[in-house]
Amino acid sequence: MSGSPLMVNETNFEDQVVKAAKPVMVDFWAAWCAPCRMVAPVVEKLAKEFDGRITVAKLNVDENPKVAARYGIRSIPTVIIFKGGKPVDQVVGARLEGEFRSRLNTVLAS
Amino acid sequence: MGARDYDIIIVGGGCAGLAAAIYTSRARLRTLLIEKEVGVGGQIVTTNHVENYPGFPEGITGYDLTQAMRRQAVKYGMETLAAEVSGLVPGEFTKVLRTTAGEHTARAVIIASGAAHQHLGVPGERELAGKGVSYCATCDGPFFREQRVAVVGGGDAAVTEAGFLTHFATKVYLIHRRDQLRAQQINQERVFADPCIEVIWDTLVTAIEGDEEVKALHLHHVKTHEESVLEVAGVFVSIGFRPNSGFLRGVLKLDPNGHIITNEVMETDVPGIFAAGDIRLNSGRQAITAAGDGATAAIMAERYVSALRASRPATLYI
Repeated sequence: MSGSPLMVNETNFEDQVVKAAKPVMVDFWAAWCAPCRMVAPVVEKLAKEFDGRITVAKLNVDENPKVAARYGIRSIPTVIIFKGGKPVDQVVGARLEGEFRSRLNTVLAS
Repeated sequence: MGARDYDIIIVGGGCAGLAAAIYTSRARLRTLLIEKEVGVGGQIVTTNHVENYPGFPEGITGYDLTQAMRRQAVKYGMETLAAEVSGLVPGEFTKVLRTTAGEHTARAVIIASGAAHQHLGVPGERELAGKGVSYCATCDGPFFREQRVAVVGGGDAAVTEAGFLTHFATKVYLIHRRDQLRAQQINQERVFADPCIEVIWDTLVTAIEGDEEVKALHLHHVKTHEESVLEVAGVFVSIGFRPNSGFLRGVLKLDPNGHIITNEVMETDVPGIFAAGDIRLNSGRQAITAAGDGATAAIMAERYVSALRASRPATLYI
């Protein structure tokens, strides 16, 4: 846990996200998506801020289409927050830092 | 000057706002740029290949173009704030901007808040957003590999999106409500030459069908009044933009569609408040015209601030 986003993929998704003890926020992104590039610094900042409480992860949808398809991703950036292995919140589109933070805090408090 | 008091506040971080910020920052005016989206760049960020911005003969991505503008403005001292503006209170010396991050004040304000995607306003559109309904082909196109999709619209944005989608989709329907396109000739030629694109003329989308994902569009032919159903996995809505001017109602003179009315030097009807880019009535709706508007607005704002300072004793600055 260095406070930087955890790279997840088809191989480790089950262990790192679905079976994780702590909540996990997954940023579904791709290199060709400009709004994803805008969100990237926010995701990195949140990874540091929530280090030890929530795992902040990134999943490249181009390299891992099966995971993206499983969660019905049709638009990126999409952020899904998992708790107990299940999606509990989902945000489609680039949003301000504050919105992600308040949603993460809501999940922590629930 | 207090921490939240500036010479110039620019609302909006697209090409118009960034160009204005380069000019005002470089003129040594304390400049704050307020942007409601994460990061700056505006509408052009999602354009993969900008072919007509002067100085880039090989083209450039909208993201790279606007991030370069941002770096240029930051180099001269521009500050940025990620917040949404909810109100503007004009005053002779101090203009107050109410935002989701508190009140900020300035001598002059440049409104460059641009425009947002127009929605179709049909059943299914909101429910299926992000599940097959999209407003950005370059963001979401690759999710429709080997599938059939539709683009709604007939302007440059619509035909460019249709062309981009042929890299992924097996078939792209371009649905337009008239019998001819509005797009520039060069863009029209590309559409007609592309065997993957089929234009459906004189047709309106009346509903988007699907539960967890888009399954079909309900269509209405405006001349024959025939109803039909078109099976597609995705629909890209590209029917124009509406100005982001809600916070200006009752403050500035707007046209019935919400565009700010300016003169040829970007002055609004309120002294010290300028407008630039797509928020303006009769904007060229191009990155280069927006940047030009921004530069003009900045030059006029700079003159306004100088004149205002000259008219006031220095003690009033505190």
